[in-house]
Amino acid sequence: MRVEEHQTRTLEIDGWPVRLTSYRLGDEFHCTADNVDPGAWLARTKGSTREEAENLAIERARKLLARTRKTGIS
Amino acid sequence: MTDYKHPEVLVSTDWVEQNLDNPKVRIAEVDVDTKAYEEGHVPGAIGWAWNTQLCDTVRRDIIPKADFEKLMGSSGIANDTTVILYGDNNNWFAAWAFWQMKIYGHRDVRLMNGGRKKWLAEGRELTKDAPKIAPVTYKAQDPDFSIRAYLPQVQQSIAGDGVDLVDVRSPQEFTGEILAPPGLPETCQRGGHIPGARNIPWSQACNEDGTFKSADELKALYERAGITGQRPTIAYCRIGERSSHTWFVLTYLLGYPNVTNYDGSWTEWGNLVGAPVEKGASPAR
Repeated sequence: MRVEEHQTRTLEIDGWPVRLTSYRLGDEFHCTADNVDPGAWLARTKGSTREEAENLAIERARKLLARTRKTGIS
Repeated sequence: MTDYKHPEVLVSTDWVEQNLDNPKVRIAEVDVDTKAYEEGHVPGAIGWAWNTQLCDTVRRDIIPKADFEKLMGSSGIANDTTVILYGDNNNWFAAWAFWQMKIYGHRDVRLMNGGRKKWLAEGRELTKDAPKIAPVTYKAQDPDFSIRAYLPQVQQSIAGDGVDLVDVRSPQEFTGEILAPPGLPETCQRGGHIPGARNIPWSQACNEDGTFKSADELKALYERAGITGQRPTIAYCRIGERSSHTWFVLTYLLGYPNVTNYDGSWTEWGNLVGAPVEKGASPAR
């Protein structure tokens, strides 16, 4: 099997940049979400459509990102 | 890849595809996300879990020598096997595995340039099948800790002016604005960085497709921040995997002679009672 329909896009979730990488693998769409910089993986999901896989990844990423506090120092 | 100081430690995705059936080559995937391998991996590749197979699971440390020998042997890796490592996040934990294999003296270990990201983006073959491995006997060398920095060395480095410290985390972690990469658990008590460290995020060493930047670009990147290789250099991040990526760049791609990975990193320093901490951005140099 091979990855097909590979796509990457960046969006903002609650003020954090998040990169979604999605593709079709066999009969399923897979999606990974990472936090762009430093690039750490946040979520890996799959669904019968790209939209379903992406929405699950966004939901999971949102929950994780809610745990990150800003200290007010920059 | 020939402009690097040691181009022999990198292979392309093309090279890997051409060597999938090479009996002298063993391919291993090491990911941040330990489920990625199961989704599909390079045909014939084995999968190593960084959090259970590439560390001591009792105390905080690298994998013990006896466990390393068992892991290599059960992976079908002999002392003369060419090992190709790749993984997600532009080879973060593949570089971590590479660093440990060098600590235990494996001669021929290489990274697949671009890692899992590039292999997938190029639409190359994947499988869910784990390879059938015939176990072999592996004899590791005694650990070479000259490529590892421990806390006392870092403490000494901030007392004098003879060592360059490179913090490879994101600018927000470096300044102290956040305590961990967004979305990851906060595993330290204080934010900021080790006094005197320069902030050169690991990701600046990579192109968009996950491959390493050219030798000239890398040289310019580090020299702009005053990291020239003229002095011993210690790289650190949060838990030591991102800094092993930078250790790889400085040691093998630029050929700096004395680079160590401080794998205790910020989760050690940022939890240490009484340790000095700087906040804010690096001063201009």
